[in-house]
Amino acid sequence: MTDHHSDIDSVSGKSTTGHEWDGIKELNTPLPRWWVITFYLTIVWAIAYWVVYPAWPLIASNTTGMFGYSSRADVAVELANLEKIRGAKMAALGTASLADIEKDPALLALARAKGKTVFGDNCAPCHGSGGAGAKGYPNLNDDDWLWGGSLDQIMQTIQFGARSGHAKTHEGQMLAFGKDGVLKPDEIVTAANYVRSLSGLPTRPSFDKAKGEKIFAENCAACHGDAGKGNQEMGAPNLTDKIWLYGSDEATLIETISQGRAGVMPAWEGRLDPATIKAMAVYVHSLGGGK
Amino acid sequence: MNKTVNPKDLASDGDGPLYAAQKKVYPQSVSGTFRRIKWGLMAVCLGVYYFLPFVRWNRGLGAPSQAVLIDLPNSRFYFFFIELWPQEVYYFTGLLIAAAVALFLMNSVGGRIWCGYLCPQTVWTDLFYAVERLIEGDRRERMKKDKSSDPLKLERISEIVLKHSIWLMIAWWTGGAWVLYFNDAPTLVKELVTFQGPMIAYIWIGILTATTYLLAGYMREQVCTYMCPWPRIQAALTDEWALNVTYRYDRGEKRTSVKKAAELRALGEQVGDCVDCYQCVAVCPTGIDIRNGPQMECIQCGLCIDACDNVMTKIGRPKRLIGYDNDINIHRRQEGKAPIYRIVRARTVVYSVIIAAVGGFMVYTLATRSLLDVNVLHDRNPVAVKLSDGSIRNAYTVRLLNKSGYDRVIAIDAEGPVNLTMHVVGADSVTPDRPMIVIPRDATSELRLLVTAPAENNSEKSIPVRFHVMDIGLGVAASATDNFVAP
Repeated sequence: MTDHHSDIDSVSGKSTTGHEWDGIKELNTPLPRWWVITFYLTIVWAIAYWVVYPAWPLIASNTTGMFGYSSRADVAVELANLEKIRGAKMAALGTASLADIEKDPALLALARAKGKTVFGDNCAPCHGSGGAGAKGYPNLNDDDWLWGGSLDQIMQTIQFGARSGHAKTHEGQMLAFGKDGVLKPDEIVTAANYVRSLSGLPTRPSFDKAKGEKIFAENCAACHGDAGKGNQEMGAPNLTDKIWLYGSDEATLIETISQGRAGVMPAWEGRLDPATIKAMAVYVHSLGGGK
Repeated sequence: MNKTVNPKDLASDGDGPLYAAQKKVYPQSVSGTFRRIKWGLMAVCLGVYYFLPFVRWNRGLGAPSQAVLIDLPNSRFYFFFIELWPQEVYYFTGLLIAAAVALFLMNSVGGRIWCGYLCPQTVWTDLFYAVERLIEGDRRERMKKDKSSDPLKLERISEIVLKHSIWLMIAWWTGGAWVLYFNDAPTLVKELVTFQGPMIAYIWIGILTATTYLLAGYMREQVCTYMCPWPRIQAALTDEWALNVTYRYDRGEKRTSVKKAAELRALGEQVGDCVDCYQCVAVCPTGIDIRNGPQMECIQCGLCIDACDNVMTKIGRPKRLIGYDNDINIHRRQEGKAPIYRIVRARTVVYSVIIAAVGGFMVYTLATRSLLDVNVLHDRNPVAVKLSDGSIRNAYTVRLLNKSGYDRVIAIDAEGPVNLTMHVVGADSVTPDRPMIVIPRDATSELRLLVTAPAENNSEKSIPVRFHVMDIGLGVAASATDNFVAP
């Protein structure tokens, strides 16, 4: 670098840096002292930061700093604090009865908020984020319930599940009448059309209703009831309404009757604490289908 | 910047390769019109800032009775008769737009009026200078004391201690007044003096004490020169008509001494009015020479006008050798034409219209806003539910806002699909299809609303549905529209 003191700009009287671009010279304008000091302090600060806080990535881990600080531990502490703050409210949820929770606006709001979050984490993969369900997975917003839609029944289903293997689980399944050789193929077609007729759906022109009625009484009525209204004790769906878990078209019904159905709802007892299960029951009940 | 070189500057500014030591500015006290305006505005600004939190405003039982209050825990902002909710924060956007354009307007009319008279940095620095002058004396005395090789006399130490104590007290009260805007002022003062205040209040007082003390006591004009973006921006906002603090070089040059000027004038020669007394430089709080033309550092506080006027009066020359003027008039005077001033110009009109429009819109929306509001959000998953009897149900999240100071009993009606029925989860309905809900004052209430309609009467895929909410006591109503969707 040239000695800039030798080159003085004639207009400003300031020395230049000696750099020149297309005839324009750069004035040597020194930084204010405080600015330079601040700059050095930031460097010192950065080095101190490296030493005091975890900073350097190593091959398998990282430097831990001087006080073993970790942001993960911070989060754990904050979560524990949150738990403490929410503890009283969640305890109230744990002690109140399901009916009381629905009557108290504050508890209802809490249960709905908590239930919604937990539902999103645990139930949404099958039932959808808003409980809309899917083929084979019940819509929890409607008024049709396989195992009952009262608060207590919903709670029981969440706790123990259906065909979950839990000791208190809901049992009962749709038998495979075709696979097991109980009904012949043409009988299955007749049964399917009969079931469709129960809820007012159109049937095949060749369908023999009397034959269908006989097949139904002998094979299906034990679970679904004489009139096909279903039985929530066994999780047997009502066949006379407009809601179909697997579908109401003939092909699907033939498949259902031939192969049987045994959808599984896992038991949540043990995986979620009782207050959370309660909150979820209230949430599901308040989705709109609860009885 | 077209500065002429002062050889003294070169010798003393430590023009080293790395950094330059800051030259301390010792503004001299001055009296005059602009100084009086500055004192007046300082009194108003500081008076408003320090005492506004103590102004009371009766909002009824249970509501805060502080005229200006930023209630962060409850997300409410109170400004006299106005109460703003968090979702009405756009009023602040409007305020910021109006304030920015007002700044532009000020700039196009009278240059950096903001910088010179109203900016907190200017106001507090001015106050700190006043304290410094009172204790350590005026410019010359302070310069002498700072240069003295024997600074540790008891008298000098007590002066320094006293000055910094008063500065710190002002700074402390500045931080103290700040926190009062966020809590009930008398209560908080009581808590603070008994050391029972919230930690966050002490922390904020500490932060603002430190920044006030540093910025007004030490950084001073450096804040304007190095930290503030406004000097850079304002250059783009000023135009040839804007009145700026200007040295009328057409009148001032050539500079000569009083005596020489009188001699030359007697001989009929043309000489300038400027006697090179450096008073304008001595009083300048940013330490510049206004005679070098418009400069970025100039905050246009007008103190040099006062200083120069005083000198001109003394030597019997007309005032306002330095004054609010523009370049156009300097050239016109040189050509022997009368100066013209034009405040009504395209840009000032446009700025005024923007301010009036934004202000008018805000006043209008504020005056017509409802104290009862309803927001409706349709359930997305599922959008529609088929019930066992074949009818269709849609679910909505309804949020009711009661911005008034009393509890409201609200009835909800819906109109849309034929033969609809409505149900609010968790609410007891007085009449089955007309749910009634109590919303406490100054609160919101979220409801889950189910609307069911038979499919056979409603063949459309999507039917508009309108929710009416009504305060059945007062008849105040609000409504919101959404859609009723079939699967």
